[in-house]
Amino acid sequence: MQGGKEKGRQDTAAPAIELRGISKAFGAVQANKDISISVQPGTIHGIIGENGAGKSTLMSILYGFYKADAGEIFIRGKKVQIPDSQAAIATGIGMVFQHFKLVDNFTVLENVILGAEGGALLRPSLAKARKILTELEREYELHVDPDALISEIGVGKQQRVEILKALYRQADILILDEPTGVLTPAEADQLFRILDRLKAEGKTIILITHKLREIMEATDTVSVMRRGEMTATVKTAETSPEELAELMVGRKVLLRVDKAPAKPGDKILEVENLRVVDDKGVARLKGVSLDVCAGEILGIAGVAGNGQSELLEVLGGMLGATGTIRVNGQPLPLAGKGADGRARRAAGIAHVPEDRQRKGLIMDFMAWENMAFGYHHDAAYQSNSVLMDNGAIQRETAAKMERFDVRPPAPRLFARNFSGGNQQKIVVAREIERNPDVLLVGQPTRGVDIGAIEFIHRQLIALRDAGKAILLVSVELDEIMSLSDRIAVMFDGQVMGERLPHETNETELGLLMAGIRGEAA
Amino acid sequence: MTFVHKFLSTAAALALSAGAALSEPALIFDLGGKFDKSFNEAAFNGAKRWADESGGTFREIELQSEAQREQALRRFAEAGANPIVMTGFAFGNVLGEVAPDYPDTKFAIIDMVVDAPNVRSVVFNEHEGSYLVGMMAAMASTSGTVGFIGGMDIPLIRKFACGYVQGVKAVNPDATVIQNMTGTTPAAWNDPVKGSELTKAQISQGADVVYAAAGGTGVGVLQTAADENILSIGVDSNQNYMHPGKVLTSMMKRVDNAVYEAMKMGENLETGFNVMGVANGGIDYAMDEHNAPLVSDEMKAAVDGAKDQIASGALAVHDYMSDNACPVE
Amino acid sequence: MQKMPAWADAILVPLISLLLAALLSGLVIIGIGEDPIAAFKLMVDGALMRSAGWGYTLYYATNFMFTGLAVAVAFHARMFNIGGEGQAMLGGLGVALACLYVPWPHWSLAILGSCLAAMLFGAAWALIPAWLQAKRGSHIVITTIMFNFIAASLLNYLLVNVLRPQGAMDPATAKFPEPTHLPTFRDMFSTSETILFRGSPANVSFFFAVLACVLVWLLIWRTRLGYDIRAFGHSEPAAQYAGISPVRITVVALLISGALAGLMAVNTTQGEAERLILNSTEGAGFIGIAVALMGRSHPLGVFLAAILFGFLYQGGAELALWTNIPRELIVVIQALVILFTGALDNMVRMPLERLFLSLRREG
Repeated sequence: MQGGKEKGRQDTAAPAIELRGISKAFGAVQANKDISISVQPGTIHGIIGENGAGKSTLMSILYGFYKADAGEIFIRGKKVQIPDSQAAIATGIGMVFQHFKLVDNFTVLENVILGAEGGALLRPSLAKARKILTELEREYELHVDPDALISEIGVGKQQRVEILKALYRQADILILDEPTGVLTPAEADQLFRILDRLKAEGKTIILITHKLREIMEATDTVSVMRRGEMTATVKTAETSPEELAELMVGRKVLLRVDKAPAKPGDKILEVENLRVVDDKGVARLKGVSLDVCAGEILGIAGVAGNGQSELLEVLGGMLGATGTIRVNGQPLPLAGKGADGRARRAAGIAHVPEDRQRKGLIMDFMAWENMAFGYHHDAAYQSNSVLMDNGAIQRETAAKMERFDVRPPAPRLFARNFSGGNQQKIVVAREIERNPDVLLVGQPTRGVDIGAIEFIHRQLIALRDAGKAILLVSVELDEIMSLSDRIAVMFDGQVMGERLPHETNETELGLLMAGIRGEAA
Repeated sequence: MTFVHKFLSTAAALALSAGAALSEPALIFDLGGKFDKSFNEAAFNGAKRWADESGGTFREIELQSEAQREQALRRFAEAGANPIVMTGFAFGNVLGEVAPDYPDTKFAIIDMVVDAPNVRSVVFNEHEGSYLVGMMAAMASTSGTVGFIGGMDIPLIRKFACGYVQGVKAVNPDATVIQNMTGTTPAAWNDPVKGSELTKAQISQGADVVYAAAGGTGVGVLQTAADENILSIGVDSNQNYMHPGKVLTSMMKRVDNAVYEAMKMGENLETGFNVMGVANGGIDYAMDEHNAPLVSDEMKAAVDGAKDQIASGALAVHDYMSDNACPVE
Repeated sequence: MQKMPAWADAILVPLISLLLAALLSGLVIIGIGEDPIAAFKLMVDGALMRSAGWGYTLYYATNFMFTGLAVAVAFHARMFNIGGEGQAMLGGLGVALACLYVPWPHWSLAILGSCLAAMLFGAAWALIPAWLQAKRGSHIVITTIMFNFIAASLLNYLLVNVLRPQGAMDPATAKFPEPTHLPTFRDMFSTSETILFRGSPANVSFFFAVLACVLVWLLIWRTRLGYDIRAFGHSEPAAQYAGISPVRITVVALLISGALAGLMAVNTTQGEAERLILNSTEGAGFIGIAVALMGRSHPLGVFLAAILFGFLYQGGAELALWTNIPRELIVVIQALVILFTGALDNMVRMPLERLFLSLRREG
């Protein structure tokens, strides 16, 4: 079975995957327009593009989730129809999703065979699977304990299980969608080593990402997508990040943030010994202390889930805690009355939350309603003691949308109908225009296109230069390195250390993020 | 085909004539529904008997909502239905308001008195019939303990119970009567499971004859009594046939007769107060081939004697509703 | 990306659902050998072509407006208040107490008093489930439905043992005194030569229901509280981010909901029966759910849907009067409408969305 496939692959010099003239429209939106790619077997091909450029749609067509309106798919030189994911698996395509599709309380082995049990009885197929799995692990150095529960292994290993799942189903074409979003730099490096190994064994890999660095490091060839079209396909060795960025956005982009040195003033935000224990009794913050001065950006680096979110939520009044928070020397209550978001805003803290779609915005509210969100009790927004002055809010929204270049500048459009970048601009506009003393910013550029990233970064720098204190949380180390005036690394609910950006490097920060302190610095 | 056709044409005709005069009688059932094996069903049977004999037709409606009482009355009256018969005391208030608006229409209400010139109020002396079956129960009982299971706890049902107890005590002053009511809401009229449970409870206390005055709930009482091999007494209609040889008798409240007569009189319905009792055959106990072996000649002689006395006025059974009290327990 | 125009969402979807329900009901009627077209004509004639028919239609609609608004307000806070029935029962108790034990000089004052009592009692009945939901996370669907049973039992006890006049058969209160009787449509609109709305129970509380629709609209879309309720309903984490207290909004939204459900009792108890009877709600609390679903939780939608359901109720009564369609089948027809407009909404919506998308692509 496997032998036959193996043979077929080596006989042909045809591309592993060839797409010709793929088009797909959703209503009036042309998600993919006449796209053609050809990927040679045994290579890693990158696809890069901004959010909404059509990368995911294209891969969904390849994996059988959508049916293309026009175009043809050739796998190993043979024209195929892929009506569903079963057909995709049968043609040897495997997909590793951004959000893993694993059952938490199953073991690795059980997850691998899930959906491919191959018989009514579980035991024989488990035994067979164990054998195949051991071989696969040895062959590709994908070390995972087959009997460990998914809930007990780390994110990096969970990703390997996804890869194993695809290999178990005899995939020789692997599609990875934003695979490094949840990984530490070290885990990401390991992933790329595994991909190299797979490539060496003759597998073909398609890597979807928006990170230019990964494209440059890992791929052989790269295709750039913009607004549903394929703008270029080039050999990675013959291009540069600047050129790719320009191809993605359609104009020249400043990749490095241009900023003057900080002139830190008084301590505005002081945090001492902050502790949080969650509902399940797990300590999420274990005595966090830090300060942010006027005119300074303090960047918090760390792998997601090490207490950064809780820190932001406590400061933003969404989560109770013990410890001390002072703004301009005034202590703020940490639990009970006066410890909510409204009170924090009154105290001068504005907050751009990590998850704008779940927290920062109400997706089913119109833009103007969102522009008042959290500030809707403001006197300026009321026409009398009972009714709100919706007209005033709408006029103000129109002006702010203009200033922050929100597109389209339509106050009556629902939030969910804006692109990710424009949604984020609405949140940033709302919070920054309040002229707060302290701005909390969580993942400001997650899922935001490069053009908007640049804009948002400039706004943050401008606010810093206006003498405000900014606390920035981001899992993108690049972003932390380029924006921060000071960097604190969090691991397991604690601050592992503080560094100055020009005196450190990614390796040292990566070690701190992994909880290893000491040898460096 | 012809069946459907007939329906189509009648429905179409109805649609056209919904407001026009039709001088059929009409029958309105209370919320309990038409086929309750008891009160409403007896009314329906009376109407059907009239229809079969006269070849006429009648309109009927089962109410869904309290607010429909008045609506049904008015709509039938406006459509020219005459007379309009309704079952149940709950129509009392509404009829009192509606009747004066339609002086040319005759109404008949059962179990309630409405004082209006075009209304015939039919009430039954249930206490008299209950007295008679109480006597039979006491005579048939070997344990000296008999049971009574009422439906909803309202004065009307206490009237049944009081007459029954008087009859029992008349035969055997030392007898014990266990009394239970099924509930305090209209749901008590249709809860055979509860009826069955109460019967079992009474049996465990020694009862060997139970009298069910509980509408549809009585079905469960009669069933359990038959299953447990004791005797039961039915109510309203003749229920002897339901468990031949296990139902001692039935206290017949001839609602069917009342409806039948009202419809037979048609537009010339005799209005006013109409008491149906033992004297005029409106109340009786049931005898047929199903219970003949259970009723001894001696028993029958005693009961018939009491019946004559009541009819002649020589024996007065106390009516609970006259003073909301019962002289015996 | 808007999948289809707003008008299609608000009008076309319910309309098609209704047509489907009507079609299926027609088949059911044919199945028992009656003529569906004649039946429909009967319903329209009986419910809409006579003033008394309107009197009934609007009487039922008044109930459904109050209970529909009650469900709608809770819906905006993403809560499913199934307890409208129990809250309305308690509202009835409030109305009865207000009417029986306060010597009102005139109906205009009496209705204000009874409205206040109905709202207080209805809201109080919603308070415990609301508090349990907000503080203990006990699911509102479970607790409110349980409170319906408790309300029925409580009312039963009070009517049988406390409020029933001596010697009465019905478990009901005494008749309310004359000054509390509300003017009916007949009193308001009849002239000396023509009597309109004869015998129909529609009364002045209908206008209170319309007023309630307007006030709820203002509350939801023009006040800070309404903003808080909607924000909380759309996203609890976002509400928390904005400093909107989940506990406060849960409790307040359900109190308003309970008060609206309680108001229904003014119509049935004071307006129609003029005494409190045991089952005065007759399922209107549950119909309110269908009304709110069909009306998209918008007061205008609730208003229209309530009138539609009023028509179905009154038309159903007419069917029962003039045809041989049994009572149970009339309930089936009403249930079909609820099923199609409420529960099977997506069955119509999704094909329609696809149709609009393909139309747009061609256009």
